Amino acid sequence: MSLRIVVCVKYVPDATGDRHFSEDLTTDRDAVDGLLSELDEYAVEQALQIADEADDAEITVLTVGPEDARDALRKALSMGADKAVHVEDDDLHGTDAMGTSLVLAKAVEKTGYDLVICGMASTDGVMGVLPALLAERLGVPQVTLLSEVSVEDGKVTGRRDGDAATEQLEAALPAVVSVTDQSGEARYPSFKGIMAAKKKPVESLDLDDLDLDAEQVGLEGAWTKVEDATARPPRSAGTVVKDEGEGGKQLAEFLAGQKFI
Amino acid sequence: MAEVLVYVDHVDGAVRKPTLELLTLARRIGEPVAVHLGAGADTAAPTLAEYGAVRVLTADAPEFADYHVVPKVDALQAAHEAVSPVAVLVPSSAEGKEIAARLAVRIGSGIITDAVDLAAGDDGPVATQSVFAAAFTTRSRVSRGTPVITVKPNSAAPEAAQAAGTVEQLSVTFGELATGTKVVSRTPRAATGRPELTEAAIVVSGGRGVNGAENFHLIESLADSLGAAVGASRAAVDAGWYPHASQVGQTGKSVSPQLYVAAGISGAIQHRAGMQTSKTIVAVNKDAEAPIFDLVDYGVVGDLFEVVPQLTEEVKSRKG
Ligand SMILES: Cc1cc2nc3c(=O)[nH]c(=O)nc-3n(C[C@H](O)[C@H](O)[C@H](O)COP(=O)(O)OP(=O)(O)OC[C@H]3O[C@@H](n4cnc5c(N)ncnc54)[C@H](O)[C@@H]3O)c2cc1C
Ligand SMILES: Nc1ncnc2c1ncn2[C@@H]1O[C@H](COP(=O)(O)O)[C@@H](O)[C@H]1O
Repeated sequence: MSLRIVVCVKYVPDATGDRHFSEDLTTDRDAVDGLLSELDEYAVEQALQIADEADDAEITVLTVGPEDARDALRKALSMGADKAVHVEDDDLHGTDAMGTSLVLAKAVEKTGYDLVICGMASTDGVMGVLPALLAERLGVPQVTLLSEVSVEDGKVTGRRDGDAATEQLEAALPAVVSVTDQSGEARYPSFKGIMAAKKKPVESLDLDDLDLDAEQVGLEGAWTKVEDATARPPRSAGTVVKDEGEGGKQLAEFLAGQKFI
Repeated sequence: MAEVLVYVDHVDGAVRKPTLELLTLARRIGEPVAVHLGAGADTAAPTLAEYGAVRVLTADAPEFADYHVVPKVDALQAAHEAVSPVAVLVPSSAEGKEIAARLAVRIGSGIITDAVDLAAGDDGPVATQSVFAAAFTTRSRVSRGTPVITVKPNSAAPEAAQAAGTVEQLSVTFGELATGTKVVSRTPRAATGRPELTEAAIVVSGGRGVNGAENFHLIESLADSLGAAVGASRAAVDAGWYPHASQVGQTGKSVSPQLYVAAGISGAIQHRAGMQTSKTIVAVNKDAEAPIFDLVDYGVVGDLFEVVPQLTEEVKSRKG
């Protein structure tokens, strides 16, 4: 039996760019170049490794996002995923995490899955809740924030390095997994991979295809509302001194003045 | 008066500081009702009462430790049904966010994560968040269902306000999914004797400039002289010089202490994302052009191997 893996990847504005909000207080996706979220490359990498170990596996990469989000899918395909699903609909503009999880759950179910793999967090929203939201909507176990993961005999196991302890976790498939940036470097697409990706199928789905109404998603349908967004005032310029042998003492003097000592 | 559910983060009944902050913030919205899962409710109750919990709902079962996340969601959902709160507050730990997320789906509510402040509003609580690596501050609210909000550590100073804190048993029925993710083994992290990174008032972090695990004692000595937690950049963690649990930044811990000391750290955007909201920032770096100096209140351009030990000695002698 073939192992059906769906990897959820997000197309995000480059974190090193000057990120902003649009007038409607959604993330401005035009001002800064977009790319496949770096943290989702780790998810694609683990999917490829799990598929390598399995007798027979198929990897579908899935994204919910605007037209340009196709770039993220292409990158994942060039790394070695087999096919892609792109959920794209003008009515999706402004969808929040709750709405995105609803759309992803529908798309994952439509695609068919044994294992869903997510990144630890998106590099723009950085909520890190989507894997849990998705697992709850799908009604399956979550095995999340793994720095090591493997699949065997219909079970997924992994190591979670938590705040207080390191845990070994286990769940039966189907399940939702998320992996951290400690799970192992993601591979670079090879030239051959990039060429092959051009011929791989990318299926496009809209809300109708997923039996969803516009009212359930988008800015209007959102479960949360951003009231305002203000640029953080730049930190007032501090004092920078060059160490001439007394740098440590000068710093201590500053800390004492601030009552830290 | 309206009640607010507060999920208690504790170790065998020892309540962690972020929960006291949550109780303090909850009082701006209504009367806090604490939800304590696992052993130690009798130990925790007096503390929870001292910080304003009118009631302490508690449940203990092996499922809470033997299986991941979902048993706690079942319990919190039972508490939600029993109380009909105006909001549910959960500490913004990795697990806290996951519990909050699954609860939100079940009760059909919106979720806000990583709030750094909370205020009462006409249409429900308003949460302040710091976004895009803290370049922006947003104010948001949940527009559907009971607001579920996770709050970051160090978002408020805990203030005592004695309340009854009556302990009541919470009856929980575990669903089929509760035993879905099994904890096969658990190895507690060795105690460092230093404050918890996310809760510490002072954090001293070292980066690639520390140049080897064998030099990290310089960072630790400075931290100990100040009573601080020790942090590290990803470069230092990836090099194997310091454990990942101490990483500060986008994929590590997000800290917001009174004082952040960066030694041998350049200040990349992903590092800034985890420390930019610190009240006072100081840095030691030998490169005057390092972006970390854009953030500092006080910076020393110099060799950390000279500056840090001198600073440690000076702190020690001033403290006597
Ligand atoms: C998706 C993603 C997530 C990431 N998440 C994180 C994260 O969570 N946390 C994080 O920290 N990074 C993260 N990074 C990495 C980040 O981009 C930087 O690479 C990293 O922060 C650099 O660490 P550093 O400042 O220690 O090293 P460097 O950038 O190499 O800087 C070292 C600094 O030390 C100074 N120095 C060297 N020797 C001395 C000396 N003797 N005395 C004084 N100064 C000296 C140098 O001048 C330099 O400025 C992430 C990157 C990506 C792509
Ligand atoms: N729009 C999206 N399309 C596909 N996957 C997503 C999307 N948003 C988030 N994800 C997945 O969910 C993970 C966590 O995202 P978040 O909860 O937004 O931080 C990401 O690493 C992705 O794997």
